[in-house]
Amino acid sequence: MAKFGSGPMSSAPLLDVRKICKQFPGVRALDGVDLQVQAGDVHALLGENGAGKSTLLKILSGALRADQGEVVLQGATLDPEHTPRERQRLGLITIYQEFNLLPFMSIAENLFLGREPRRYGFIDWKAMHEKSRALLASLGLNVDPRREVRHLSVAHQQMVEIGRAVAQQAKLIIMDEPTAALSGREVEILHAVIRDLKARGVSFIYVTHRLDEIKQVCDSFRVLRDGRLVASGEVSTVEIRDLIRFMVGRDVEFPRLARRAPPGAPVLEVKGISRALDAAHRHAMALEDLSIEVKAGEIVGFAGLVGAGRTELARIIFGADHCDRGVIYLNGKNLSPLRSPREAIRAGVALVPEDRKQQGCFLEQSISQNMTLPSLRRLARWRIFVNEAEERRLIRKYQTALRIKMPNSSSAIGTLSGGNQQKVLLARCMALSPRLLIVDEPTRGIDIGSKAEVHQLLSDMAQSGIALIVISSEMPEVLALSDRIVVFREGRISGILDAADATEHTLMQLMAIAAAADAPRAASA
Amino acid sequence: MSAAEPATHRRFDAVGWLRRYGTPLFLVLLIVFFALENPRFLSMRNVSNILTEVSIYGIIAVGMTFVILTAGVDLAVGSLLAFAGMAGAYVMKALGADYPLSWLVALSTATAVGALVGYLQGKAVTVFSIPPFIVTLGGLTVWRGATLILNDGSPIAGFDASYRWWGTGSIIGVPVPVVFFGVIALVGYVAQRYTRYGRYVYAVGGNPEAARLNGLDVAGIITSVYLIVGALAGLAGFLLSARLGAAEAVGGVGYELRVIASVVIGGASLAGGRGGIGGTVIGALLIGVLTNGLVIMHVSSYWQQVVIGLIIVAAVAFDSYAKSRRP
Repeated sequence: MAKFGSGPMSSAPLLDVRKICKQFPGVRALDGVDLQVQAGDVHALLGENGAGKSTLLKILSGALRADQGEVVLQGATLDPEHTPRERQRLGLITIYQEFNLLPFMSIAENLFLGREPRRYGFIDWKAMHEKSRALLASLGLNVDPRREVRHLSVAHQQMVEIGRAVAQQAKLIIMDEPTAALSGREVEILHAVIRDLKARGVSFIYVTHRLDEIKQVCDSFRVLRDGRLVASGEVSTVEIRDLIRFMVGRDVEFPRLARRAPPGAPVLEVKGISRALDAAHRHAMALEDLSIEVKAGEIVGFAGLVGAGRTELARIIFGADHCDRGVIYLNGKNLSPLRSPREAIRAGVALVPEDRKQQGCFLEQSISQNMTLPSLRRLARWRIFVNEAEERRLIRKYQTALRIKMPNSSSAIGTLSGGNQQKVLLARCMALSPRLLIVDEPTRGIDIGSKAEVHQLLSDMAQSGIALIVISSEMPEVLALSDRIVVFREGRISGILDAADATEHTLMQLMAIAAAADAPRAASA
Repeated sequence: MSAAEPATHRRFDAVGWLRRYGTPLFLVLLIVFFALENPRFLSMRNVSNILTEVSIYGIIAVGMTFVILTAGVDLAVGSLLAFAGMAGAYVMKALGADYPLSWLVALSTATAVGALVGYLQGKAVTVFSIPPFIVTLGGLTVWRGATLILNDGSPIAGFDASYRWWGTGSIIGVPVPVVFFGVIALVGYVAQRYTRYGRYVYAVGGNPEAARLNGLDVAGIITSVYLIVGALAGLAGFLLSARLGAAEAVGGVGYELRVIASVVIGGASLAGGRGGIGGTVIGALLIGVLTNGLVIMHVSSYWQQVVIGLIIVAAVAFDSYAKSRRP
């Protein structure tokens, strides 16, 4: 492990995590990880997706139990059986990306939930509003505490979360990607608040993928890779490019799938897609002037942080979300304005969505229903009845081709493993014979064996002449699958690379560092 | 991961079996019980009575099954039954006193009015995103009021024999409403089990966002189920007026509860995506048998309500228990 700076300080740390191990079926998520945070320290926790950060945070917050190791807070070893609520009472507070606020309650009610000031046994609204106002003012926020939380911007909701942590006498605040959905100015405000709380003795564990902000707000850092600690030290003594070097190069590598067929004619052309921030897409950046092209037989990878625009653009191409400006051509035909996925599917676009359970599967319904639903138009007799013999043939065909392991096609899709569910969804799209297939997070939450199979399938599909867009948070996956890679950062395209020239290193720079920093800007098409 | 699935040796799963066959079993037990209590229970006359009674709300329950499959509900069907039945009789009378096929005017008007109202309620749900509970709770009072306004609160009576035949006649010994119920249940079953439409309804109820991403016209499908249940409520309104010999403003009061209870006892989930016409038919029969049997046993109508209410809750409680114990 690489060390930077003077090493652990002499005083006892506020938080001392020792030799934490956590095993999941098939994966060693954490392998003897140590972590120390001093009082008043902002500690950056870095690592790629799958490095083990989330698991570590969950163990700290009490949402998960470690297999081994201990968590010591101010010299006292914490009970591993603690619930998140008990950890909160000790001053160990976690703020997740998806906030834990009650949208229909006021700011004040959220700040003091469960700890409302009382008078004669009843809630003392006046005191509660006064305290809330003072608390918000101390965070530099001048809003009426009686407002309902759902009317606030993401940045202000985050302030309410921080305010709640302060109201609970937080000693250590864990923030999971707090800036993922914030604009530049909002990020600065957040950093100011963190510095202010730090001066009051509050410590932070700060998880971020935007590396340029580490220099701005963090004191010390720690890098995880494949569940192990690979580097730690003082931020002032390390260069960002070194951090990237530690983060990338994970053991989990996928072979680059070489395809012989050269890409053909352009299938998809997207020009100048823009969308302003709006209430419906709170966790995403505004999109600015996105233009791409995908050719027949080509796999274009979309890389970028969550919320940077990759899934957002894909959903616009699929008609699932609207855009303010821009045009979409499929095989030279202008599709815009696309009003629904229905129109996109008829034009020859198919999508395997990001969230398999929420957006992809009908979990309680049969495998056959899940696999053939959008194809029923073609499987119909007299446009009304489902031709079940034809349907069974289709299911058998894809069951064999994709090697889907299932008891029989009438059992619920929810009973299958994640990998087989994903194959059913892929089969669903393949059965539509699309010209363009978009696959968002093709291998999220599926085992390593199925991952390789899914990769081979996607590669075979490209070989057969389909244009593919593959979106992934796993850089090795993007690199292994893509012919070209489009990198998104903060709602813009920060680079389009030939996959042969791209490395995790160059991708990370384009994804995570503002153009002004030390990133060599790639030639954008 | 799914490394080694435990070998599923088939031990008899009593709870699972009961979940599947419990309702029909309970129906059979009830019939045996009432028949032993009173031999008149299984007389031709009583059986035909029960079936006719069941048919009127059973027809609506077929449509309600589709509504509940989409995770919706329609509380207005009882009122709509009265309104459509009254509208049918009203239009028929307005066109003259005695003319051939006058019943056809009433039948088609009632069904069309029901369909139109259902369509409007469906549009209110989909276009303005008002929860179906609220839209149809409004409909519950609106259409009852409209029925009273239409004929100033009085019933419309004096139907000719061909009109009355639809409620009191029979086809080779089977009462006409029962034939209707049978045919509609069969069509509903086929639609649900063998058509694209049936698949789409399940999909919309099971996961509306996934349904949209699969290119389904979610709003259109939701509107259509309210149209269907409205048309069937209108038809039931016609049949009820033919059976009673009058279209009454108080017709079908409380039917919405019987209809919903039939669907729910039949195993449908109010959360959508699960249920079926077969179960609904059994549920409707169960309520009919229970009501009739308790009358024959001289149980007071007050107690009947208590018993039926408890059975609804027990059926759903058992179902969620059986569901929760599955891994």
